[in-house]
Amino acid sequence: MRIGVFICQCGTNIAGTVDTRAVAKKAMEFPDVVFAVDYMYTCSEPGQKEIQDAISSHRLQGVVVAACSPRMHEPTFRRAVKKAGINPYMFEQANIREHCSWIGTDREANTRKAIDMVRMSVEKLRRNQALFSTQVAVNKRVLVIGGGVAGIQAALDCSDGGLEVVMVEREPSIGGKMAKLDKTFPTIDCSSCILGPKMVDVAQKENIRLYAYSEVEAISGYIGNFKVDIRKKATYVDWNACTGCGECTQKCPSKKAFDHFNEGLGATTAINIPFPQAIPKKARIDSDYCRYLTGGKCRVCEKICPVKAIRFDMKDEIVTEEVGAIIVASGYDLFDARVYGEYGGGRYPDVISAMQYERILSASGPYGGHIRRPSDGREPKEIVFISCVGSRDISVDRPYCSGICCMYIAKQAIMTRDHIPDSNCYVSYMDIRAPGKGYDEFIRRAQEEYGVKYIRGRVGRIYPRGDRLVVQGADTLLGVQVEIEADLVVLATGVECSAGARPLAEKLRISYDQHGFYMESHPKLRPVETNTAGVFLAGVCQGPKDIPASVGQGSAAASKVQALFSRDTIETDPQVAHVNENMCIGCGKCEQVCPFGAIRMKTLRDGSRKSEVLETVCQGCGLCNATCPNKAIQLRHSTDDQILAEINTLFD
Amino acid sequence: MLKRVAYYPGCSCEGMAIEYDQSVRALCYVLGIELVGIPDWNCCGSTPSHSYDPLLGAALAGRNLAIARSQGLDVVMTPCPSCLKALKTANQVFRERPSEFLDVLGMPFSGDVRAISVLQLLYEEIGPNLIQKAVKFPFKNKKIVPYYGCLLTRPPAFAQFDDPENPVSMDRLIEAAGAAVPDFPHKTECCGAALGITQRDVVMRLTGRILDMARAVGADALAVACPLCQQNLDLRQDQVNRALKENFNLPVLYITQIIGCALGIDRKTLGIEKLAVKTDALFQSA
Ligand SMILES: Cc1cc2nc3c(=O)[nH]c(=O)nc-3n(C[C@H](O)[C@H](O)[C@H](O)COP(=O)(O)OP(=O)(O)OC[C@H]3O[C@@H](n4cnc5c(N)ncnc54)[C@H](O)[C@@H]3O)c2cc1C
Ligand code: SF4
Ligand code: SF4
Repeated sequence: MRIGVFICQCGTNIAGTVDTRAVAKKAMEFPDVVFAVDYMYTCSEPGQKEIQDAISSHRLQGVVVAACSPRMHEPTFRRAVKKAGINPYMFEQANIREHCSWIGTDREANTRKAIDMVRMSVEKLRRNQALFSTQVAVNKRVLVIGGGVAGIQAALDCSDGGLEVVMVEREPSIGGKMAKLDKTFPTIDCSSCILGPKMVDVAQKENIRLYAYSEVEAISGYIGNFKVDIRKKATYVDWNACTGCGECTQKCPSKKAFDHFNEGLGATTAINIPFPQAIPKKARIDSDYCRYLTGGKCRVCEKICPVKAIRFDMKDEIVTEEVGAIIVASGYDLFDARVYGEYGGGRYPDVISAMQYERILSASGPYGGHIRRPSDGREPKEIVFISCVGSRDISVDRPYCSGICCMYIAKQAIMTRDHIPDSNCYVSYMDIRAPGKGYDEFIRRAQEEYGVKYIRGRVGRIYPRGDRLVVQGADTLLGVQVEIEADLVVLATGVECSAGARPLAEKLRISYDQHGFYMESHPKLRPVETNTAGVFLAGVCQGPKDIPASVGQGSAAASKVQALFSRDTIETDPQVAHVNENMCIGCGKCEQVCPFGAIRMKTLRDGSRKSEVLETVCQGCGLCNATCPNKAIQLRHSTDDQILAEINTLFD
Repeated sequence: MLKRVAYYPGCSCEGMAIEYDQSVRALCYVLGIELVGIPDWNCCGSTPSHSYDPLLGAALAGRNLAIARSQGLDVVMTPCPSCLKALKTANQVFRERPSEFLDVLGMPFSGDVRAISVLQLLYEEIGPNLIQKAVKFPFKNKKIVPYYGCLLTRPPAFAQFDDPENPVSMDRLIEAAGAAVPDFPHKTECCGAALGITQRDVVMRLTGRILDMARAVGADALAVACPLCQQNLDLRQDQVNRALKENFNLPVLYITQIIGCALGIDRKTLGIEKLAVKTDALFQSA
């Protein structure tokens, strides 16, 4: 084989602590190497050209590039060598940046290590084989997980583009957090007026199939061809029959059920429709509160329902859908204010969360849009808002900024002054973060036009005095302690990852950060892709953001799916497991270890059992390769021979 | 459940807070917990030593842990939150700077002797349920509020005990002793601590706030678990009354005295008569 070696300087990223020239010189001594050179930026257009020219002038049959991590540029270089007529798998990339130059400052030691790494790559390349991908058909249906505003936008865009959409929403209705909001910053338009029509569209589009009150149970397959098992949770109401008339909710005697939509302010009935604009507008029985399901007696709803939709014997049901791409838009949850014992959240009824306050402000809320205190129904006159409750605080493991609270506090304070002109609103804040379009102006309006009093500092304690709350804190600008007697305290609880975000990520085989937010493929350049091909992200599941940004990501993810589906087929990755039937003893161990179900056993005409790899299902993880007692199953492009050659050369 | 612990009283329990020491010993005796003295124990180092040199402070406290270990004990219990902090700091400094620490200490140190407060012993090792079962003379129709002070639960990662801002361990123990426990918002507000010596007016104001809140929630007495808190609230209550033109008359008992009384230990043994604010009303049945 005739091998060419290209050592990248990556500006000073590599050349700063590695003598690239010396590495290139040394590489010339390695077996089969006929050409070696170092270059300033190998990934640049002239850099790639240099490789292609060398391939033709030196009649190269294989190429090693020693540069950065293959994560970003392996595809770049594979494309470059392919253009020059070499099979893309006759290429190896040694990572002498992340694995070498960036982690040590000893130039001499780094250079030695870089030489070893290049030597390993050359030894591997000498054993490489040309590999060829095949084409498989793309299933042009898309799954959207989560029906908040991000998921809704993604689904509608895909639907507009003519794609079939399957939407899975965990709650009985779509809408997510936005459905609970009263008004939205920075324009103070009514949240349900702008979201409602989109929700209705989801219900009416013929190419959107909505599974509400459902969750993803399991996912198998790969880009272009995923198989998704969906658990439809038992609602005890046949949704095909239910007309959403609401008769049952009028008569249900169990009236103390937890009202999730109203954040626990007020109560609802065991059989309920979560809110008037719910999509789908269907009744569901909350089995924790239903008298019949908990105590065996009642069945009032069954008698009332004019269309006989009640099904007490309903069980969860699993349905399977096949799709070619997945958009995850599973949103977020809010920090539990009870963690801060000093604020008394959960102990004092008039210390509430900002989301509860949204419900209080909302005309469809528990108090019909009149601002009242939960404790005694009195109209509050002194209202204190506390920002960063569970944001930017390492002591509660929430070091990040939730990004939306400064803005929604200003919004809620404006609404409060609007509803109760003789009220006083105070905001206790650490810093104000309002970088969006028109956002800082909005904060100024709250301060100047609406007279909301901003106090910089932290609140240290809240305690009751009579029927009011004493809010005790600091004004760090004036350097004084402040004490406000408030009627109502609103805590801006921070954004945290959605409950169940981590297990869902594991099903999707995507990664998440230490706080449970999903990792994008590149923080700047691939913001809605994940590292699992065919899986895209939208909305707050990727990190805190407001509605405009969530909607933007929803559309971005949809356009990524449309780009993917603009082709009828996609190339498979040939780096998959392969069985040498002569050596396979049919023990079946590989079948047991494969996490993707990519192996099945077959019986040959002579009656012997052999293992067989389903190449389109195999993800190339190599577990079978390591397990096979007879070395009969090998992962292409990472065979035992290749790996051993890399190791052996280190000790020669 | 722990049956045997090394007992580190600290300096205040030999002087100002002798009734704390008495009640701890009497209560542990009744509850069947053997307190093993630490022979030749020395000062925990307190504030002066670690302000001067953290290694010195750690080594002073660490010596007591080392002696306990040589006695074959792996838990040291102390009534005083300041001593507790010093003892725990010794283990922490040992983990962070082992060779320097051992150099100063000059004796073997394993770092595996756990330091706990008497409150922790009562709450985590014995538990309110067991105590409730042992109660013979419950505080019927009395309201007692717990005052935790600053150190027992903080900093949270270091104390690893109870909720840092709204602790409830003493609440549960007082309830076990049969008294009612109103919500007491100032349970962890600062009492002014040692500023009583240098800036007395600050202590007057801060302690006054705590007493004021206790009165406002209808308390008949306060429960404490720290000698310094006790001193500010009880011994200085008279000064507070004069400084703020008030007439507080709130007994301030150690939690060990409260449980001890409920268990039927006689008041003299518990050192009740040593308290500055008289407790007679608390023991009259309403
Ligand atoms: C008090 C408050 C006020 C706010 N006010 C404003 C404002 O005025 N303007 C503004 O721009 N932004 C505001 N926001 C921010 C806004 O709520 C978010 O930006 C927006 O809702 C994010 O939408 P999303 O679709 O990403 O997430 P979500 O709204 O959380 O939607 C996610 C959906 O996915 C579902 N789901 C979760 N997990 C699963 C699963 N495993 N399987 C299936 N479904 C799942 C959830 O049930 C939910 O329906 C406010 C936020 C708060 C807390
Ligand atoms: S009465 Fe029947 S049709 Fe009407 S909402 Fe209830 S379940 Fe649905
Ligand atoms: S059976 Fe259950 S849901 Fe139906 S009316 Fe009775 S309590 Fe309500």
